Amino acid sequence: MKKALKVLAVAAAIAVSGGVAASAEALKVGVAAEPYAPFTAPDASGKWEGWEVEFMNAMCAEAKLECVLTPVAWDGIIPALTSKKIDMIISSMSITDERLKTIDFSDKYYNTPTGIIGTKGQDIKPTPEGLNGKSLGVQVSTVHQAYAAKHFAPAGVDVKEYQTQDEANNDLAAGRLDAVQADAIALKAFLATDQGKECCDYKGDVAEDVAVIGPGVGVGLRKGETELKDKVNAAIKAIRDNGTYDTFSKKYFDFDIYGK
Amino acid sequence: MAADSLVNWGLLSLSAPGWGGVLLQGFFNSIQIAVGGFTLGLALGVGGAFGKLYGGPVLRDLLECYTTVVRAVPELVLILLLYYAGTDLLNQVLALVAIGPVDISGLMAGIFVIGVVQGAYSTEVLRGAIKAVPAGQIEAARAYGMSPTMVLRRITLPAMLPYAIPGLSNLWLIATKDTALLAVVGFSELTLVTRQAAGTTKAYLLFFLAAGALYLALTLVSNVFIGMLERHARRGLAVNR
Amino acid sequence: MTDETTHAVAFTPEDLPTAKSFFKPHRIVMMLVFAAFVVAVAVFMRWDWLPRYLPRLGWGILVSLAMLFSTAILGFLLAVPIGLVQVTGPWFLKLPAKIFCTVIRGTPLLLQLWLLYYGLGSLFPQFPAIRQSFLWPYLREAWPYGVAALTISFAAYEGEVMRGAFAGVPNGELEAAKAYGMGRWTMFRRIWLPRAIHRALPTLNGETVLQLKSTPLVATVTVVDVYAVISKVRQETFLTYEPLLLLALIYMCLTGILVVAFRTFENRIPTRGA
Repeated sequence: MKKALKVLAVAAAIAVSGGVAASAEALKVGVAAEPYAPFTAPDASGKWEGWEVEFMNAMCAEAKLECVLTPVAWDGIIPALTSKKIDMIISSMSITDERLKTIDFSDKYYNTPTGIIGTKGQDIKPTPEGLNGKSLGVQVSTVHQAYAAKHFAPAGVDVKEYQTQDEANNDLAAGRLDAVQADAIALKAFLATDQGKECCDYKGDVAEDVAVIGPGVGVGLRKGETELKDKVNAAIKAIRDNGTYDTFSKKYFDFDIYGK
Repeated sequence: MAADSLVNWGLLSLSAPGWGGVLLQGFFNSIQIAVGGFTLGLALGVGGAFGKLYGGPVLRDLLECYTTVVRAVPELVLILLLYYAGTDLLNQVLALVAIGPVDISGLMAGIFVIGVVQGAYSTEVLRGAIKAVPAGQIEAARAYGMSPTMVLRRITLPAMLPYAIPGLSNLWLIATKDTALLAVVGFSELTLVTRQAAGTTKAYLLFFLAAGALYLALTLVSNVFIGMLERHARRGLAVNR
Repeated sequence: MTDETTHAVAFTPEDLPTAKSFFKPHRIVMMLVFAAFVVAVAVFMRWDWLPRYLPRLGWGILVSLAMLFSTAILGFLLAVPIGLVQVTGPWFLKLPAKIFCTVIRGTPLLLQLWLLYYGLGSLFPQFPAIRQSFLWPYLREAWPYGVAALTISFAAYEGEVMRGAFAGVPNGELEAAKAYGMGRWTMFRRIWLPRAIHRALPTLNGETVLQLKSTPLVATVTVVDVYAVISKVRQETFLTYEPLLLLALIYMCLTGILVVAFRTFENRIPTRGA
């Protein structure tokens, strides 16, 4: 009987390993499996597009890497990287000290302010006092959540956490939240939609706190993979220098998203 | 928003402006995982059931632990554990057997996760079914001088089928619905693509209802086949039940 | 779902080990191996986050249990009429009950929950009447949607069980009740319902364990149950295995307690014959 079990176990193992993706060299680039316009969002044919997808394509082409976009759940994106389900994270992930304890980052490839939107007509200011007694939605394990936990929650703001940014936006439109804190660009993209136009407006940027918000967004990498990190850094610099970066950025933004 | 354009059916059309194609692709992924997971679970279940009935005391206890844990812990938690830790572990085992570390594609990880959960369930179903086979039939086979494997192949497996099919068909329906939980780990099956489509277009009700119809259709079609299978397996058996 | 399947997917009182069965030589060895494993887990893995989250974990467990009991009780109250009309009701009650059971049992609970929370939830605020009604403060919260989805699901599965239980009460008992001159309502209250519940009890236990296994889904709509607390630990510490192992352990303990409670309860109900 034990023999039969062993045979079964081996058969199962082979069945699983047999279906392993054929191209082992292709790097799997993790993005959060949620619409996050204008950076990454699926279109109606199931293809992912947006500024960050163009950045990935340009960067990988420059570094001569074969990259495959792989959607994963945002709340498990770091474990997915460390357990080798994916090889890179290009998903608007800010470089923070907290994350640097677990993973490594390339140099930043964009940096935008952090802002707050709220339902129209409500008197909301992006300050602890201006949000007192209101409910504020943030996406889990983002710099915005860390910022809200540090500055807003102690000041009597009801901070609610969401698995995806899209859910937070939707609950704001549905009247379940008073305000949402997130990346200013992503929020403005939401305000440009029919749903966003109807319900909400921009209440302003939050005060800076580099210790929490970090110097910008970088490519997430496993620790110790310096060769890949060097390639990525060189490619980011190259597409900045040769104008590719500006070319595809102009399609999405009328300002320099790279920041200072 | 709701009143003036009642329902925008165009959103469901199969080609580009509509999301129907994406939904069907996700549905196809769900079915693939359900089929794969159910099959893997069945293989584990056959081994587990025989191990529990005829195995040594240690094997029996280990299998008891396996089925107890799976039946006492929510599928959602198991799926997270197996998805992150289980595939990691499997990789290390494969590395030990010198196949080398392989990266497990999303689909395979999904099948593995559902399969391990289903394995515990089908162990229990099959164990009950094997126990329901009249002992006299097996003894008669032995008396004819059949070897244990032949008894298994010619008597035990075919004779237990009528008892196992109702339970196994329920497990199949559970497998199809459990695939939805993979949405939580970001796997592009029907429920997750539905939510992405709904989130992008803001037509939440339309897409969730459409996905519900697809799941329901799968269940109903399955029920028709299960009914045929049950009638076929039960032929020659006393009708009272 | 049949009796056997519920048993196959949910841990039930029959599975509880007996005290004396522990003391077999190989079991003692296995328990020692397991103890060594537990010690290794405790020593080599990171648990320093645990004290910080303990109060929140306790609170999360309470929320999970509240979700379980409220929805199981509400669901059962719905299941009785749903089962009854399928056995004896006129077609215009029988048909909707049957369709309800088929649709709910034929689609994933996660999808139903999201349909309620995101689908209906995004529809409500468009009607000023709802926005101004006394219900709005509740509709803004997430838990009513979680309770609704779990209740509906429990009612559908348990309704099917109750249908079988009502149909299975021997006709002779009902005829005897009639012969005693009981009215329809008295007969239902004194004979039919208690006998049906008695018959459904073992399955009811299994379904309740299954319901416990469904409660973590509400965490996906921002209800902060024990699963959500563990998710928060995972996100804040970037640990994967430790919090998830603890979560599995918590659910195993909850299931164990639930099952032991059921057994005590069941043993106190007198049974004759079988």
